[in-house]
Amino acid sequence: MEITLTVNGVDRAIDVDPRVSLLDVLRERLGLTGSKKGCDHGQCGACTVLIDGRRALACLALAVAQEGRDVTTVEGLAGGEELHPLQAAFIEHDAFQCGYCTPGQLCSAVGMLAEHGPSAATEDLTADPELTAEEIRERMSGNLCRCGAYPNIVTAIAEVAG
Amino acid sequence: MKAFEYARAADQAEAVAMFRPGVMYLGGGTNLVDLMRLGVARPDTLVDVSRLPLDGIEPDGGGLRIGAAVRNSDLAAHPLVRERYPMLARAVLEGASGQVRNMATVGGNLLQRTRCAYFQDVSKPCNKRLPGSGCPAIEGDHAGLAVLGHSHACVATHPSDMAVALAALDARVHVTGPGGERVVPMPGLHRLPGDEPERDTVLEPGELITAVVLPAPPPGASRYRKVRERASFAFALVSIAAVLDVDADGTVADCRVALGGVAHAPWRAYHAEQALRGSRAGEDAFAAAAEAEMERARPLPRNAYKVPMARNLIVRTLLELAP
Repeated sequence: MEITLTVNGVDRAIDVDPRVSLLDVLRERLGLTGSKKGCDHGQCGACTVLIDGRRALACLALAVAQEGRDVTTVEGLAGGEELHPLQAAFIEHDAFQCGYCTPGQLCSAVGMLAEHGPSAATEDLTADPELTAEEIRERMSGNLCRCGAYPNIVTAIAEVAG
Repeated sequence: MKAFEYARAADQAEAVAMFRPGVMYLGGGTNLVDLMRLGVARPDTLVDVSRLPLDGIEPDGGGLRIGAAVRNSDLAAHPLVRERYPMLARAVLEGASGQVRNMATVGGNLLQRTRCAYFQDVSKPCNKRLPGSGCPAIEGDHAGLAVLGHSHACVATHPSDMAVALAALDARVHVTGPGGERVVPMPGLHRLPGDEPERDTVLEPGELITAVVLPAPPPGASRYRKVRERASFAFALVSIAAVLDVDADGTVADCRVALGGVAHAPWRAYHAEQALRGSRAGEDAFAAAAEAEMERARPLPRNAYKVPMARNLIVRTLLELAP
């Protein structure tokens, strides 16, 4: 099936089998290998990208179902040579070790900071809570880090959240 | 993954018209795509219903009408849900992860399949996946599975948090299908396994959930609580959606108790509710109510812990809600 996507600001027309995930299109067809295949079951978050500005799992998204969507991967976060503030903060705070989960952590954090409303860690559901460390941990629970860099990931995100 | 055709329906009538055996409806895909990759779901055709104009949340009389294609995250973030149905917002927020909630729809959440390890492994027998093949979970790994309402054929649990809150709220599920439109009350959408564990719900082939309608919020205080093996992004071992309305003299005027993680369906604890109504709110009455429900449990060797866990969760949650 022929589909059209906008990926990191560039329109792409791709002919895909309905079985192919958005993750495999990004990595195998478009050469964007920043998004990682960790579990391929939606449990690790390494494949997290932004679809129409919202964080989503590219491994569970069928490419054919994304017709017309705007996709941002980790390759699309920086403005030329200027890193996205979260990328800079991850470096500043040493928020990774092996780096395999980092593209997903970054895309997830960008999406998370744009979200509104409470989380499971929020006591008063009618208020928009401050992004405490506890809130960040809960909101980022879909991104696993086998190196256990969580404390520094939280610090980096908290810095950008202000 | 088995080859399939993909089609997108323009409206719900077209989606239903496209149905034939071998067709499955695709919502957010967070469970279905995974099951297809595992070889558990093998549709010939996916009819994508995720872009149908069923994505609104609007007042409905004193209640709320929630379109079936509303994303879980949009449901939990909606001001009317947070204000009037905080138990539902919290149940949704306690489920899955931010990414999954952004993708998953309300209709798909209700129709997600059990996470029983044998159901998800095509190399193993499973009466739900392959009727008549047997249930290895009864002798095997059933630590996370059912203690209430299960059968010799299946001990699976329904994994949804949202459905537990909807069961406590007496939600109504609006459905359209080849036979026309109908309304299915919650609880009642999901079946107990009996001799047909392959059927999760009472829906007929081709029926499509179009909306969930909530009646006016019940009076009283409400709460959703979930016990799980890690602090986030894990399915419930046991969960509870509870509403408690206590008169000025300390008598329980009304209550709702629904349990998750204990049965093939969200488990409305009618025996506990009956014991509570008219009783004097307090630990003794709450413990008696919990016992009235959980004495019916038939735990398996490795999930017996769920019985005291559910009992304690009922008592603790009601104590929090009591004035």
